[in-house]
Amino acid sequence: MKLKKKIPLIDQHDQNGFWGGKFGGSFIPETLKKPVEDLTNEFKKLRKDKKFLKKRDFYFKNYIGTPTSFIKLNNLTNHLGGAQIWAKVVSEANGGAHKIYNATVHALICKAMGKKYIVGDTGAGYAGKMLSMAAKKFGLKCKIFMGAKDIKRQKPNCDAMRKNGAEIVPVYSGSQTLVDAVSECMRYWVSNCDNTHMCVGSTVGPNIFVKICGWSTAQISRELKDQLKSEFKKIPNKIKLINCVGGGSSAYGFWSEFIDYDRKQIELIGVEAGGPKKSKLHAAPLSRNAKIGILHGAASYLCQNNEGQINDTESISAGLDYPGVSPIHCFLKDTKRARYTHATDEDALNAHVMVTKYENLNPSLEPSHAFAEAIKIAPKLSKDTIIIVNSCGDAKKDRDILRERLGKR
Amino acid sequence: MTSLISQAFQNAKSENRPALLTYTVAGDNTKKKSLEILKSISNYADICELGFPHNTPIADGGQIQTSAYRAIKNGIKINDVFSIAKDFKKSKKTKPIILMGYYNMIFQYNENKFLDKCKKVKVDGLIVVDLPYPENKKFAAKCKKRGIIFIQLVSPTTSSVRLKKIIKDSHDMVYYISMLSTTGGKLKVSPKKILERYSRIKNQNKSKNIVIGFGITEKTIKSLKKADGLVVGSAICKEISNSIKKRQNPVTNVTNIVKRLKNKIK
Repeated sequence: MKLKKKIPLIDQHDQNGFWGGKFGGSFIPETLKKPVEDLTNEFKKLRKDKKFLKKRDFYFKNYIGTPTSFIKLNNLTNHLGGAQIWAKVVSEANGGAHKIYNATVHALICKAMGKKYIVGDTGAGYAGKMLSMAAKKFGLKCKIFMGAKDIKRQKPNCDAMRKNGAEIVPVYSGSQTLVDAVSECMRYWVSNCDNTHMCVGSTVGPNIFVKICGWSTAQISRELKDQLKSEFKKIPNKIKLINCVGGGSSAYGFWSEFIDYDRKQIELIGVEAGGPKKSKLHAAPLSRNAKIGILHGAASYLCQNNEGQINDTESISAGLDYPGVSPIHCFLKDTKRARYTHATDEDALNAHVMVTKYENLNPSLEPSHAFAEAIKIAPKLSKDTIIIVNSCGDAKKDRDILRERLGKR
Repeated sequence: MTSLISQAFQNAKSENRPALLTYTVAGDNTKKKSLEILKSISNYADICELGFPHNTPIADGGQIQTSAYRAIKNGIKINDVFSIAKDFKKSKKTKPIILMGYYNMIFQYNENKFLDKCKKVKVDGLIVVDLPYPENKKFAAKCKKRGIIFIQLVSPTTSSVRLKKIIKDSHDMVYYISMLSTTGGKLKVSPKKILERYSRIKNQNKSKNIVIGFGITEKTIKSLKKADGLVVGSAICKEISNSIKKRQNPVTNVTNIVKRLKNKIK
């Protein structure tokens, strides 16, 4: 299994949609074959269409507000002593997280295909909130599928979705979290694929959805590359790009421009949700050696039992609380281009507390997992090492959880 | 040699009616009860589909989801599914049984091991919901090698080019999904329209047995009786749920439904 240079990772799959011969694919019911094929053809066309690209860039700039800033966290760096810690503040994007890139692109594709309805899944509520924003912006009717448990724990984002005119469909089956939301959303699409476009909220699902999402979030690393060059005159010699990984959309977006670099120069570190310290449950299929399985139309490392039933997951962060992971991250793991680890709920909370204490930055619980790893390794590294954390979400949505876990702040 | 599945269709044809196919979930609501249900309804059904339950069934509606969750909660394992099939075939030697489920379960069990086991317990056919054509070609060939019929699915969204290829590579039986829906949806397309599409498929190759499934209930079954076969699943699963709720014997209630379904297409 080998990575190819100069070809975007999203395009390094075989004709059946598998990366590295075994990750990804399109395990879908017959009914979805046609809509998936249509979407695949449309995307193939649009990504080469200058007009479409111009439109995308226009909305990225004027609607999403790119580029998001790249800042040095001086106080945190001084406090930890060791590597320099920087942040790419993707949470500055309109809506407060990277999910807006994928949502905007899907809304544009939906329009281009002449469909009036758009549906999507959400865990932390960001993917749903952003899709509802994009739907409103582009005049599409929007339904968001969300686990009943997540609706309770991510209320601020639910309020935002409703305000944008989207209908939230609560999902009561299974564990009532993201995994069930995605299943229910796919079921809805099976029944309504003739007039409805589906947006999968991360780089997961059937092959084409992995590609569209990765293509959208890749904007993050294009910006970062420019920002690195203007800050340091060239790409520095020792970089560590740390990103949380749930489905893996922000991590892929953060890394895509840097995958061709030698890993001694640019190390890619993905941090999964280790769950509560005392719990056996987690959402870390890559770093806790899960077996390959098929979920939501794709093969990936997967939290499952011997029989192939999908395991319950547990994480304080709804956005990472997913038993599978993107096939492209499985590919990066097996080719050893990226290293994957996990942080517990407690690690993430502590990291959140430390970052907010020293910096004017308010990372949500998802990137707090990435900060936990940065905080752990920074003291051991040299001062010329550049650690960059993708602060891909804002903690406003975590208000209730933070209050409950940390007391009044 | 003609397969038991083909024979079942021939029998129905000789009686001038479509074959009746039932779907129940193995282990719903217990291992023992599901075997009893299967044996009892097979007195009226021509072919029995037995689902191996998965906890993330992306193409199933509420009724079958409920049955699947119930079976898994009651501890059903894939080997139990095989033992139910084996017991069933012991007493109903000529009644075809089709296992139906999602690919991950087969993948975890190991494809070859799974198929060998199917052959050993005399499973007649297999439906894998999320292993579409052409990705399923290798798997279908492995089935054929073991004398197991792999059942291809066709839906209203299947293009005519694709339809031709699927029919060409299909075995004795093809499953036509009546409408854009998960299982158990309300029939939202007129029977006339469904039968029109059905004929288009049938005309590709008259020797293939084409069954229609999704949205078929006591109310709708009669209107589709021109088909080679008709599949009823969710209506049966729903009856099991209702029986449990009312503390009645699901075996009797489900058998009565299947009996009534059969009478409607005679």
